Amino acid sequence: MDRVPVLKLGDILIVSIQIDLQDQSVLALQEDLADQVVATGARGVIIDITAVEIVDSFIGRMLATIAAISRMLDAETVVVGMRPAVAITLVELGLSLGGVRTALNLEKGVALLNHLDGAQIVTAAQ
Amino acid sequence: MTTSDDLPIKSNSDVVLVRQHVRTAAVNVGLSLVDQTKVVTAASELARNALVYAGGGQVRIEIVNNGIRKGLRLAFSDTGPGIPDIPQALTDGWTTGGGLGLGLSGSRRLVDEFDLQSAPGEGTLITVTKWAR
Amino acid sequence: MGVTLSVHADAGRRRIEELLQENEEPVFKRWLEIAGSSSSGHVDRGSLIGQLRELYQAVHQSLGESSDSSDLRGLLAELSRSRARQGFTPTETATVVFGLKEALYEVVENDGSPEALRGFVWFSRVIDELGLFTMESYAAAREKIIIDQAEQLLELSTPVVKLWEGIVAVPLVGTLDSARTQVVMEKLLQTLVDTGSEHAVIDITGVPAVDTQVAQHLLKTVVAARLMGAECVISGIRPQIAHTIVTLGIEFGDIVTKASLADALAHALRQSGIEFVKHRGTRIAVRTVEE
Repeated sequence: MDRVPVLKLGDILIVSIQIDLQDQSVLALQEDLADQVVATGARGVIIDITAVEIVDSFIGRMLATIAAISRMLDAETVVVGMRPAVAITLVELGLSLGGVRTALNLEKGVALLNHLDGAQIVTAAQ
Repeated sequence: MTTSDDLPIKSNSDVVLVRQHVRTAAVNVGLSLVDQTKVVTAASELARNALVYAGGGQVRIEIVNNGIRKGLRLAFSDTGPGIPDIPQALTDGWTTGGGLGLGLSGSRRLVDEFDLQSAPGEGTLITVTKWAR
Repeated sequence: MGVTLSVHADAGRRRIEELLQENEEPVFKRWLEIAGSSSSGHVDRGSLIGQLRELYQAVHQSLGESSDSSDLRGLLAELSRSRARQGFTPTETATVVFGLKEALYEVVENDGSPEALRGFVWFSRVIDELGLFTMESYAAAREKIIIDQAEQLLELSTPVVKLWEGIVAVPLVGTLDSARTQVVMEKLLQTLVDTGSEHAVIDITGVPAVDTQVAQHLLKTVVAARLMGAECVISGIRPQIAHTIVTLGIEFGDIVTKASLADALAHALRQSGIEFVKHRGTRIAVRTVEE
């Protein structure tokens, strides 16, 4: 089973999904992220799905769960880079990803987290 | 001119394999990017259903032709417990497996044709077709 | 079929073959006359002669021992396709085939033998079949043209235009069907990604009416854009359309709608932190808030 790496940039944890996820990897990622949020005290989580070709209800639910868990641990989650075809399919499937914030790309995702925080949370990294 | 491809669904990694094979077939049929994504997503839902509810099954991927258009037909079969109440199983949000209950109802919306045959104790056969625009 | 009859039929068939061979020149000339008069003005005589020569040979060949009609059908299909493309009517196209019957009839009448007459009955049936085949090819070719044109229409349908940095718009004009709406919406979403625009305006001022499916597509697009991290505003909804949407019970929920494209742009600009300041009555200056 492949594990998705979790990167830390200042107060933000960044996960970029580059592989065709199988269900166990999805569950493992969910746990890893929760652990990392607590361990690093991160204020934001960005999940980059630019390379993801499909999001089915299982992965969709994972995204919503990660957002809910992170919020409980005082971190905001932003899903970035969803492809148009994936978005159209999710709507048709009936998934609205309620409670998940989204942004067009990584840069805008970081900007959104900064805006939410009201402070420059990435300054620590510089 | 019909080509078909049979794949077993026995584990989580098979679900990934099914997605990849369906994607290749969808490209060959000439489906648009959005339609490819829809049919691969439907395949992912149905393959996972076979795994979760019937402990496994198989899928036949076929390229079909109705004289005017080419299409992709997927037949998911399993020998699991079957579905006692089909209308209920096709309702949004109905689940017995702890999911979101969008697998069956959602995949039906993602394809052009959807056929479900099932009876308690006799397994389930779901055939879906997506036509090239 | 009885033995006597089939002998007769064979004899008739042979006689027709002989007649076609012996009277090639007069039959061909007459055929050319009939075919030419029905499609006058559309086609130049030289190419018509060439086409008919080939057809004549192919007909003759298909009647022979081998009775191989694949060549003939190929030629006829080609003829129907090119005529359909050039805008010939179905009658003009079919007359080319049926003309051969009339042309041969005059020769058969002169011959007057029972074999020739019996053969002609058989020959008519063959020509009728070929005529039907021609019509089918013609219809298929027309169908293809219609499909191609529909696709071309889809392609040139609607541009996605940039209104401001980070704001794009699709001005929809004309009747929307489900396929066209889908194509336009996919294009809009792709543009959001390509340009990194977080705001989109779907302007439907030029749309006279929408049906349930189209309204649903608009709605789904707005939701899909949100999933991608962008916001859509729908502008220019006509009273009739608002009426349709409400009576159809389509839930527009919290989607922002504006009366005009200008209002929608103002809304999007405000959302992206750009302010308008009104100067001296009519002039409007725009000031960007530095972040």
